[in-house]
Amino acid sequence: MAEEVKLFRNWSSPFALRVVWALQLKGVPYDTIYEDLSEKSSLLLHYNPIHKKVPVLVHNEKPLAESLVILEYIEETWKQTPLFPEDPYERSTARFWARFGDDQLLHSVFNVFIKQGKEQEEAIARAQGNLKYLEEELRGKKFFSGEKIGFLDLAFGWVANLVSVFEEIQGLTLIEHEKYPLLLAWIQNFIDAPIIKESWPPRDKLITKYRARIEFYSSKEAAKK
Amino acid sequence: MAEEVKVFRTWSSPFAFRVVWALQFKGVPYENIYEDLSEKSSLLLHYNPIHKKVPVLVHNGKPLAESLVILEYIEETWKQTPLFPEDPYERATARFWARFGDDQVLPSVFGVFIKQGKEREEAIVTAHGNLKYLEEELRGKKFFSGEKIGFLDLAFGWVANLVSVFEEIQGLTLIDHEKYPLLLAWIQNFMDDPIIKESWPPRDKLITKYQALLGSFIPKEAAEK
Repeated sequence: MAEEVKLFRNWSSPFALRVVWALQLKGVPYDTIYEDLSEKSSLLLHYNPIHKKVPVLVHNEKPLAESLVILEYIEETWKQTPLFPEDPYERSTARFWARFGDDQLLHSVFNVFIKQGKEQEEAIARAQGNLKYLEEELRGKKFFSGEKIGFLDLAFGWVANLVSVFEEIQGLTLIEHEKYPLLLAWIQNFIDAPIIKESWPPRDKLITKYRARIEFYSSKEAAKK
Repeated sequence: MAEEVKVFRTWSSPFAFRVVWALQFKGVPYENIYEDLSEKSSLLLHYNPIHKKVPVLVHNGKPLAESLVILEYIEETWKQTPLFPEDPYERATARFWARFGDDQVLPSVFGVFIKQGKEREEAIVTAHGNLKYLEEELRGKKFFSGEKIGFLDLAFGWVANLVSVFEEIQGLTLIDHEKYPLLLAWIQNFMDDPIIKESWPPRDKLITKYQALLGSFIPKEAAEK
């Protein structure tokens, strides 16, 4: 039976990019279906009725949602170019950090760029506390996964992809050179990797998109007072 | 090298029970270290500095936190009595539902029992919307994992463990017989399993504990109006 792999995504979602990069790194052919999230296709809603989000991977008609779950599935289904560590303890540690990234780090970083005044100061302290764990994880390593890009690098891809965009929009540096030399080096190495670079969303479009989004959430925050 | 497995837990944490049950199913000997979360031991803080929570599994000196991550580690390390499905797609689906349980179902159910008035009505609608997926997942199956208890049943263990306790405290039935016959049957089958039954927190202690916990929310909720 011929393999049929489809990926529902949009042009910018960092969660969808994880899946794109994983498939590219493993050389798995797939079809891309771009969604306009303001007008979701009936097919997307059929395949992901619970969350109604991208990415959705459809493999031989069987749909899967949630990017980290999809990455595990890709690893188990296409065994070439392993993305996860071999050792079970290291694999679990990678899973732990990926969840930390999505559950704690992401919100704490976004908050820095939408809050103001004293709340912003507190948000910065929290985000930097979280980021320092990433800096420590990189000690002695080029990538979070070691010598080569792997699961955890893909999971943290949004850090490379979006933080500098937020920083430019708000004129505020969060990932400072003195505090995060390893993280900044990782960002550069990640962006420069050929497979990653190939599927990188255009920066100017990201700036436009997130300027609007940050303004929207900033005014919501301001209205709460 | 002799195996050394320790579980940092409390007497009641449903997340810690997932780990306890998994180890029991696989017949892995381990030591319980009970924590008082109002006065965490320095060892717990050393092993789980980021979240400072239970459960923590320590295997031959190496700590792991986050119960779902720990379950994956247990499965990969002790291969007897597999808890995960064999098929990668079914495995991915189980992982998806476990995350849905923790990210959506749990907060929505808890919301029902700590909110009041109109907010409670809305919370009930949300919780039912989520619970109906569990009812559908059980169609044609005794357990979420099939004929025998597995990963996803352990992940949903809190439903069997706590919902009836909340219902009794608040005098409010959420999982009713007409809407959720399969879920109620699952709860009974789960609780009756010998291994699960062996490690079940005492109901009267749960009622006392959650009476106090739910009670602490109500004044706060009322004050916010």
